[in-house]
Amino acid sequence: MTFSALGDTAVVVTLGSGIDEAVLPRVRALTTLLGANLPPGIVDVVPAYATVTVFYEPGRLGANRPRPYEQVCQFITECARHLDSEAKKKTATGGRTIGIPVSYGGEHGPDLTEVARHCGLSVTEVMALHAKADYLVHAIGFAPGFSYLGGLPAKLSTPRRSTPRVSVPAGSVGIGGAQTGVYPLSTPGGWQIIGRTPLAMFRPGDAEPALLRVGDKVKFRAITPEEFTRWK
Amino acid sequence: MEINVIRGGMLTTVQDLGRPGHRSAGVPLGGPMDSFALRVANLLVGNAEDTAVLECTLLGPELVFSADTLIALGGAEFEGLAAWQPKVVTAGSRLKLGAARKGSRGYLAVAGGIDVPVVMGSRSTYVRAGFGGFQGRALRDGDVLPGVDVTRHLTNHWRIDPRILPGYAEAGTVRVVRGAQLEEFGGALFAAEFKILPQSDRMGIRLGGAKLTRIGGAAELVSAAVAPGSVQVPPDGQPIVLMADAQTLGGYPQAAHVISVDLPLMAQLRPGDRVKFAEVTLEQAQKLAYDREHVIALLHEGLAQKFR
Repeated sequence: MTFSALGDTAVVVTLGSGIDEAVLPRVRALTTLLGANLPPGIVDVVPAYATVTVFYEPGRLGANRPRPYEQVCQFITECARHLDSEAKKKTATGGRTIGIPVSYGGEHGPDLTEVARHCGLSVTEVMALHAKADYLVHAIGFAPGFSYLGGLPAKLSTPRRSTPRVSVPAGSVGIGGAQTGVYPLSTPGGWQIIGRTPLAMFRPGDAEPALLRVGDKVKFRAITPEEFTRWK
Repeated sequence: MEINVIRGGMLTTVQDLGRPGHRSAGVPLGGPMDSFALRVANLLVGNAEDTAVLECTLLGPELVFSADTLIALGGAEFEGLAAWQPKVVTAGSRLKLGAARKGSRGYLAVAGGIDVPVVMGSRSTYVRAGFGGFQGRALRDGDVLPGVDVTRHLTNHWRIDPRILPGYAEAGTVRVVRGAQLEEFGGALFAAEFKILPQSDRMGIRLGGAKLTRIGGAAELVSAAVAPGSVQVPPDGQPIVLMADAQTLGGYPQAAHVISVDLPLMAQLRPGDRVKFAEVTLEQAQKLAYDREHVIALLHEGLAQKFR
């Protein structure tokens, strides 16, 4: 477990490296332990892959020693005393499985041919590989309800676009490096867009607004553009 | 009390201090681009500093107030209302904010605040997702905003000592602390002068005029948390300074992070303005943040006397 500063308002706790399912229980465990009793001045705990980032308000943590950054590191160290036992609990409890229908290619997936070209595969092979794999939600972020999924077949890994799009439609399914995920809202985005789902990934009025949770398993299923249109 | 919107202006949204605590669901902090201006504008009219106000962008709105109240504008200077001093407005009177003369974002506080519903702990508008604020969107001509009746005596015989304001006028240089990938860009971040691009918005300020090139292998990074102020560099080399509505996670290299007390300066830059970056230590940045809180606390105390 190492600490580093993210600007003057956050501490990044690194628990592993890369995309590693074995690190996920520790990430979830530290998030639970930190979130259980946030002291004043510490405002947000954000898990993602191999990191947990803790946001704080430096101006409200005082100017005396220890400095705000060190105060937050101390708090995290204190909370992490039971990290191993909490991580074991998380490993024992499995997540749900959520099915997500996707219309691949065409106007719904403008970068599908580019991904196929980059990977040296046919468009059909890309679709089949993407829909066949089992995915795991490693993080929710980037936009409300946006889930970062681990489990993308290595053959489909494609770099992000060199210039992000100013607007990506809601429901777009993308590949960014070794990651895949669904854009819940129309936002700017740099991932390669290979398809679109008609499901609502985020509803702000709901008690649990995001469709997916960290730890859920996800399966994609190919649908036709006509099925996509009829969905609503 | 109602506020009738005659003209919505270019991009006028309801904002309070944002919605911390929801970043784990991917919900941005949101809130004001210039939090100093929002907090001080609120204090000037006797509100709690986190009360919902109107964030006005470049071209302000035209409003009619249905009851007597007290208003104040912080941040950018707009035609039609002097900044940093409260003004009593009477029932039926019209406020027309024109173009921003200095800066780009003004914060119009109204005594009692803008009484829109609270969504996930905040009244801030998140336009991109269409929730919060007034119907999840920017104001339009003909909207009617719910205000709050004020029963106390309305006076306005004070203004802000300009010495406590952030150095808006000297905003050519913005201070940063180093980012995780700073070394990969050599010293280019501090040598270059950048230009604010017109595609900038509440999510991020896009910089042109110079490019940052990553030295050595451009390994793809695994996404991790980012914050308002993070200076991220996509492969095209055009840095983006993340702002209030920034995404919660990102995967582009981070050259630096604008320090908290200088985010208001970044927020007030206009398309075409030039900016340079200068490095400070984390310790300096956090001391400055503490000093800023102290100034606001003193102002709060001083103004509390006047509203007693």
